[in-house]
Amino acid sequence: MINFDYARAVDVADAVRQIAGSLGAKFIAGGTNLIDLMKEDVERPLGLIDISRLPLTKVEETGEGGVRIGALAPNSDLAYHPLIEQRYPLLSSAILAGASPQLRNMASTGGNLMQRTRCYYFYDVATPCNKREPGSGCPAINGCNRMHAILGTSEACIATHPSDMCVALAALDAKVQVRGPAGDRVIAFTDFHRLPLDTPQHDTNLEPNELITAVELPAQGFPTNYTYLKIRDRSSYAFALVSVAAALELDGDRIKEARLALGGVAHKPWRDREAEEALCGGQANPTNFVRAAQVLLRDAKGFAHNSFKIDLAARAIVRALTQAARGTPQSQSDKKIR
Amino acid sequence: MTEISTSASPVIPAPEKISIVLIVNGAETQLKVAPWTTLLDALRDRLDLTGTKKGCDHGQCGACTVLVEGRRINSCLTLAVMKDGAHVTTIEGLAKDGALHPLQQAFIDHDAFQCGYCTPGQICSAAALIAEGKARTADEIRELMSGNICRCGAYPNIVAAIEQAMDRS
Repeated sequence: MINFDYARAVDVADAVRQIAGSLGAKFIAGGTNLIDLMKEDVERPLGLIDISRLPLTKVEETGEGGVRIGALAPNSDLAYHPLIEQRYPLLSSAILAGASPQLRNMASTGGNLMQRTRCYYFYDVATPCNKREPGSGCPAINGCNRMHAILGTSEACIATHPSDMCVALAALDAKVQVRGPAGDRVIAFTDFHRLPLDTPQHDTNLEPNELITAVELPAQGFPTNYTYLKIRDRSSYAFALVSVAAALELDGDRIKEARLALGGVAHKPWRDREAEEALCGGQANPTNFVRAAQVLLRDAKGFAHNSFKIDLAARAIVRALTQAARGTPQSQSDKKIR
Repeated sequence: MTEISTSASPVIPAPEKISIVLIVNGAETQLKVAPWTTLLDALRDRLDLTGTKKGCDHGQCGACTVLVEGRRINSCLTLAVMKDGAHVTTIEGLAKDGALHPLQQAFIDHDAFQCGYCTPGQICSAAALIAEGKARTADEIRELMSGNICRCGAYPNIVAAIEQAMDRS
């Protein structure tokens, strides 16, 4: 780690003031990704502004029937919160599929959004990386790319976003509330994370000096017909090769509304509204599920070590939609996929 | 501040230390740490509490698990300065009045360790798991202990030990 200055923010206004007035400082909340990256010399902030004591931990109902999640709410508290367990169990399940209890106790909502890719080359400062050092090249494209993306890739970067929680938030159409020197704004969740394009150094559409203050969920939580299905090389404590957040609103066996988001396959949680529209109005049956998967994966492109993800994703989508339609969500402790 | 020597390596000044207080196993402890000192290093190197282990130093093995305000965390991934004023419980703080914690006894009863390196982290993690009250079945214990890995493979006996301690708590 390089030497850095440490300061604490007393409130949100102070946090924004401090970062705007700093040179090379970053916010730190849980630190579970930032400190890891600092130990690897990937992140080299000249200062850390500790926001971990800001009063942004509440999870509470909004006037519009939704729920507002404070940016400092720990992942574990969020997953086990009665409002979330009852009204947005998809979110609870996705959070519990990720990391470990220790990490979930430390990790913040905002930090989970901001976490960076776990691409082996991004993490290894001895190798080139267009995300770490724009223009230096992407060794993953012709290198070891088992964990990498099959959708939305560019010639500059094929990294994936590693979060499980974010896949559920994308499926639920959450909104991200931020405050910066120019004031407050709201970013639709599916617009928060970027595609790599030719600027992979920018993971998100957050402006410099902006602070995430909350994530807001709309009223519709799909509490009856949902699942978070995570496929990985180990049965626990590993990132997804492919994950699927599926949620349905059914009328008998007809699909009124469908949400489908994938993790482990792209630079951001992958939602394709065409795939969802292909399901709407139709019967909840395997033929329609297969068709939706084909729509979603139509532009999928595999690399030398991850082409298996295309077929795996198709099967995972069908299995997830089946689980959601039956009302039998994947258990995150009973690992058998039924 | 920085001088360029004839051998061309600059002298980089040491970071300024910050005074903090940690309440470790009930004892209020003052220390001065550089911002980059992790809680793990503060406990082991500065306070000589070497029960907590450094396994991977990257939050991937759980050997560094301690309780902060009663919640299990990886002490390698937090900075001591961030925990100023916090109550920290390490493995050294679990036994009370000379008697082993029920989990420590259960780990002995069930042969739940071989080399013992993961064991302090396993026990602190399990103590918090029991307090959390979310694990009822063996599957749930396994999943909620998945942040603690054991290269010796003592897992079945670790689960049995936790079940014993759970039944008796």
